[in-house]
Amino acid sequence: MSSDTYKTDALIAEDIEAYLDKHQHKTMLRFITCGSVDDGKSTLIGRLLYDSKMIFEDQLAALESDSKRVGTQGQDIDFALLVDGLAAEREQGITIDVAYRFFATESRKFIVADCPGHEQYTRNMVTGASTADLACILIDARKGVLVQTKRHSFLCHQLGIKNLVLAVNKMDLIDYDQEKYDAIIADYEEFAKSIGIESFTAIPISGLAGDNITTKSENTAWYDGPTLMEHLEAVEVRSDANLDKPFSMPVQWVNRPNLDFRGFSGLISTGSVKPGDLVRSLPSGKTSTVKSVVTMEGELEQGVAGQSVTITLEDEIDCSRGDVLAAADNPPEVADQFESTIVWMDEDPLVVGRAYWMKIGTQTVSVTVAEPKYEINVNTMQHLAAKTLELNAIGVSEITTDKQIVFEAYADNRALGGFILIDKITNRTVGAGMLHFSLRRAQNVHWQATDITRDDHAAMKNQRPRVLWFTGLSGSGKSTIANEVEKKLALMNRHTFLLDGDNVRHGLNKDLGFTESDRIENIRRIGEVAKLMTDAGLIVLTAFISPFRADRQLVRDMMGEGEFIEIHVDTPLEVAEARDVKGLYKKAREGKLKNFTGIDSPYEEPEDPEIRVNTVAMSPEEAADYVISKILPLK
Amino acid sequence: MTLTHLQRLEAESIHIMREVVAEADKPVMLYSIGKDSAVMLHLAKKAFYPSPPPFPLLHVDTTWKFKDMYDLRERSAQEAGMELLVHRNPEAEEMGINPFDHGPLHTDMWKTQGLKQALDKYRFDAAFGGARRDEEKSRAKERIFSFRTASHGWDPKSQRPELWNLYNARKKKGESIRVFPLSNWTELDIWQYIHLENIEIVPLYYSAKRPTFEYEGGLFMADDIERLEKVMGKRPEITERSIRFRTLGCFPLTGAVESEAATLPEIIQEMLLTTTSERQGRVIDKDSGDASMEKKKQEGYF
Repeated sequence: MSSDTYKTDALIAEDIEAYLDKHQHKTMLRFITCGSVDDGKSTLIGRLLYDSKMIFEDQLAALESDSKRVGTQGQDIDFALLVDGLAAEREQGITIDVAYRFFATESRKFIVADCPGHEQYTRNMVTGASTADLACILIDARKGVLVQTKRHSFLCHQLGIKNLVLAVNKMDLIDYDQEKYDAIIADYEEFAKSIGIESFTAIPISGLAGDNITTKSENTAWYDGPTLMEHLEAVEVRSDANLDKPFSMPVQWVNRPNLDFRGFSGLISTGSVKPGDLVRSLPSGKTSTVKSVVTMEGELEQGVAGQSVTITLEDEIDCSRGDVLAAADNPPEVADQFESTIVWMDEDPLVVGRAYWMKIGTQTVSVTVAEPKYEINVNTMQHLAAKTLELNAIGVSEITTDKQIVFEAYADNRALGGFILIDKITNRTVGAGMLHFSLRRAQNVHWQATDITRDDHAAMKNQRPRVLWFTGLSGSGKSTIANEVEKKLALMNRHTFLLDGDNVRHGLNKDLGFTESDRIENIRRIGEVAKLMTDAGLIVLTAFISPFRADRQLVRDMMGEGEFIEIHVDTPLEVAEARDVKGLYKKAREGKLKNFTGIDSPYEEPEDPEIRVNTVAMSPEEAADYVISKILPLK
Repeated sequence: MTLTHLQRLEAESIHIMREVVAEADKPVMLYSIGKDSAVMLHLAKKAFYPSPPPFPLLHVDTTWKFKDMYDLRERSAQEAGMELLVHRNPEAEEMGINPFDHGPLHTDMWKTQGLKQALDKYRFDAAFGGARRDEEKSRAKERIFSFRTASHGWDPKSQRPELWNLYNARKKKGESIRVFPLSNWTELDIWQYIHLENIEIVPLYYSAKRPTFEYEGGLFMADDIERLEKVMGKRPEITERSIRFRTLGCFPLTGAVESEAATLPEIIQEMLLTTTSERQGRVIDKDSGDASMEKKKQEGYF
């Protein structure tokens, strides 16, 4: 229990000013502990808190009484009770979520992410690992390297953690046997090499007995390495490693208190910046010189990785939230197609082709994920074929953003290579990913600028191009009404084109079926065709069931502001089914037609369509007049 | 140049505040006038300098705060160039809810309900709070961006994963986010930072001779003796003692400690040498046993 390495009571009592001065110069290390309940992870953390005096007397009293009541250590203190936070967890005796703990020694402050170990908590572990400088992987000395040891090591390695500690715990239970310890290390080393882990530090410990935690244990005289605490205090933190890289800073916010001041606020992710440096704003590529690095304490001579600053420039260049300021001679790349690793974190699996929000740095863009190249079995590291990614699955996929983003490979710069995926409807964070590299396509296929612009095309036709997107159940009357609307527009000398669902499936989309991802691809292609037609100046009418909000949103995002007019042909299911013009409902009810919208596949009604048509109250002719009356006044 | 732990914590808090301002429609900073609020406000000034912080301060008042606290509240807002909003639950005011007669209902009505009312009234969609993960066990698992339903509920089981420093601030109409920029600070970090940055805090944190009385085993300060007498039904026995507070809430709910620590280094010294945790002086955590704070938060408490 003795922990002389960081007992500082004497200094605190005698010279508090000296103590404070010392402690104001502490550094900070964030680490993650991995291992399951049985490996004694909570006990180890409890021990670290206890030995560093982070447990106060009243907590200790509560701990002692809890230990006797529900603890697993008889009359002894059960350190695990100190760490397991939520009520549900205390009752079930398991750790569900990521919990953060704090302790400090003379030279460092530590933030520990305590993560659950079971396979169903892979997402929690990835979350904890994302901010860690170091991972402490616990092994039960009696059991050696297990499947979960490999899984944890693999995940930490994927998240780019360079400092791995293999803490062989419960040494007291194998009588501090060096041979057994060496065998475990040899076993682990072989595995580590196979997945590309270059180095790790192994330490024999006992969380319960306190061996090699803060003081060298006499029980392991054969071990001459550092104690766990010595190692945690000595290891290099990541922000220092980032300092040697070229300068980059994602712009969070433009600071504009008055006409004389325009600053770009952000957290410097790599490198350093000082007045006079030539910087480039991306993706525009415009360059300028740094005028000042502003903070409330005054201007800095130099801003470094890890600091939040506000930068002013000599020139008025276009730069706003989402852009990245970087060293002019060594800027990050810009692209819109990438290969990336994706960890899925939601109960609903990944939908290939669906548009999600992607947040990377301070950029938020729309992104689609292609069918995974493979999924990785986190226990065996084998590559498996996969159509999608389920909760806790990890795979490699190509992804496409709807516009160019500034990025770096995750391995080089976490801030510009790590991203999260957000569901556009539920707003949940559904996945996280790490960019590997951009696909050459994006760089080599340039947009061909043409002399006759889309505005010219539209002007010649004397109209504003639009997409009138009719959505509704099968048999709701979309095609009939769209057809009527087109006739009326033609009489008004408008240039139009009607894209009909069934017709498109005979040609352009005849290779597509009716699975969820095929339906999404169907809509995406129609969206692209409609967009080309609006570029040609046409008013495009489309009649597709298009049951999913996210997919209609995808098309809306492709079009210019105000060009996409969503028209909900609102016919109740009973009415559409009673009409059953094509006899499809009957087939679906008999089970002869699968994935039929309204029957065994959902229709997500538009929440806020530009136009809603009630076909129960109106005839197709009246409905068409109503639509015309709504679109004519639009600017 | 290696950044110190305080520099890194400061940079992280500033980054969080800027993300909120960039992504939320109508943010607000909850200001409780305590030392954590003082640090949070100081960081907000830094985050947006030379602009003033682009959101108002909101104090959810219980009418039972110490006089010194009300003084500092006005001055701090003015110095920061920020609008100060004060909300008092009108029902609690009408019913005369107080800590002596109403026990846990006092916290529920003034603070939990009062906070919900204020957020709804002004339609704030993001609210900064000064809570820290080291304060209490269930806080240790809360996200930095903590998502609340339209009825302000918190569901610990469906928290959004939070990776790197990427925060998901997306929400539907009516839903809101509580944001905790001090999540990774400890009590010692807060005190060191106050010392280093010379941040003004309520004088009650410093020891001085003050009128005190004992009540149900705790030591309390007689801040407004007339009012105390009225609700307690008798005049408590007052003794002069040298006391200070480790945490500030409503004066009848916040226990004082006997102390001679009159400077910041002395306070830190005392904190490091004594071994009872900060919240022990507060009655609130003990209301319903072990999971008291977790339960309160599910009901919408900050």
